[in-house]
Amino acid sequence: MSAFEAAGGRDEFNRFRPDRDAWERSYAEPLPGHDQVSKRIVVGYGFWIYLLSDIIMFSAFFATYAVLVGATAGGPSGRDLFDLHKVAIETACLLLSSFTCGLASIGARTNRGSWFYGAMTATCLLGAAFLFIEINEFRSMIAEGAGPTRSAFLSSFFALVGLHGLHVTVGLLWLLTMMAQVFAKGYRADVLRRVLCFGLFWHTLDIIWVGIFTMVYLMGVAQ
Amino acid sequence: MSYSELQAASRFADAVPGDQDFDHQETTGAVGSYLLGLGLATLLTVVSFFVAGTTLVWTPSIPVALVVLAIAQMGVHLVFFLHITTGPDNTNNVMALAFGVLIVLVLMVGTIWVMTTMNHNMMPMDQMMHMQR
Repeated sequence: MSAFEAAGGRDEFNRFRPDRDAWERSYAEPLPGHDQVSKRIVVGYGFWIYLLSDIIMFSAFFATYAVLVGATAGGPSGRDLFDLHKVAIETACLLLSSFTCGLASIGARTNRGSWFYGAMTATCLLGAAFLFIEINEFRSMIAEGAGPTRSAFLSSFFALVGLHGLHVTVGLLWLLTMMAQVFAKGYRADVLRRVLCFGLFWHTLDIIWVGIFTMVYLMGVAQ
Repeated sequence: MSYSELQAASRFADAVPGDQDFDHQETTGAVGSYLLGLGLATLLTVVSFFVAGTTLVWTPSIPVALVVLAIAQMGVHLVFFLHITTGPDNTNNVMALAFGVLIVLVLMVGTIWVMTTMNHNMMPMDQMMHMQR
């Protein structure tokens, strides 16, 4: 072996020479062993990044709530206001709807219309029941004089729980859109990608609700 | 065709969050996975509600127990509903999640820490009013 080869040979010698086509090749070259890029993976991953940024936004609302939870300004605290029975029903609705949403995604994957429509309808009804209970809770609190303007604690409570409720509302609209699109266009590839993103969105809302019922309701009553 | 077969055939690099590995002819296992997740999440929820209302344990330990139960339940949701796994095809999903968790921790722990310390170091309101007179 020559000294040139011992030092790495031609490859090592060429490594630092200017390569004018490298930038173009960085696009054209496939991943080693992977000659295709899946649109489903790109779409799903991009939506996953959005969901994580949504969770980060929620964490700011959680932090605000944690700081202001004691600032009741002589008004009612969580212990006076929260009804854990209603919260338990809300939690059950959202957890079951997450489960039925999973069933709907299986139905969409396997082209079983009855599964998909049945599970999506169940998800929609459970989500609507959750929203109905939450709106009633808000209305009775405001009627008692415990609205968002009463204290910093209540402002942060309505901001955090209301933001989650707003997400559920958007999710319900999205759900109905997905059912209509599957009905009108069938299980087309682009529709299936949207169904995937909707499922991810809905499951994430349930994860955020776990944080809310623990930190706001259970800790508010237990203290 | 199952997801892993699809991956092997088309040589896709990664798994999508939310996609489950199952054979389209056999949906029992896929439903079973969701059922297991539902069962575990229900169990953790029931324990959370029980712990919040109980007087059987040392009271200051209740918030800690609630936080632990909530984190466990979030893990159950991630694994059984969002299908985030430890497999090599999930590396990108897990890395993104890890970064999200890091930011959430910095934001929440940082805020609560700073604001509690500041409250602690603030002069009580009645003394402040007294000084202003």
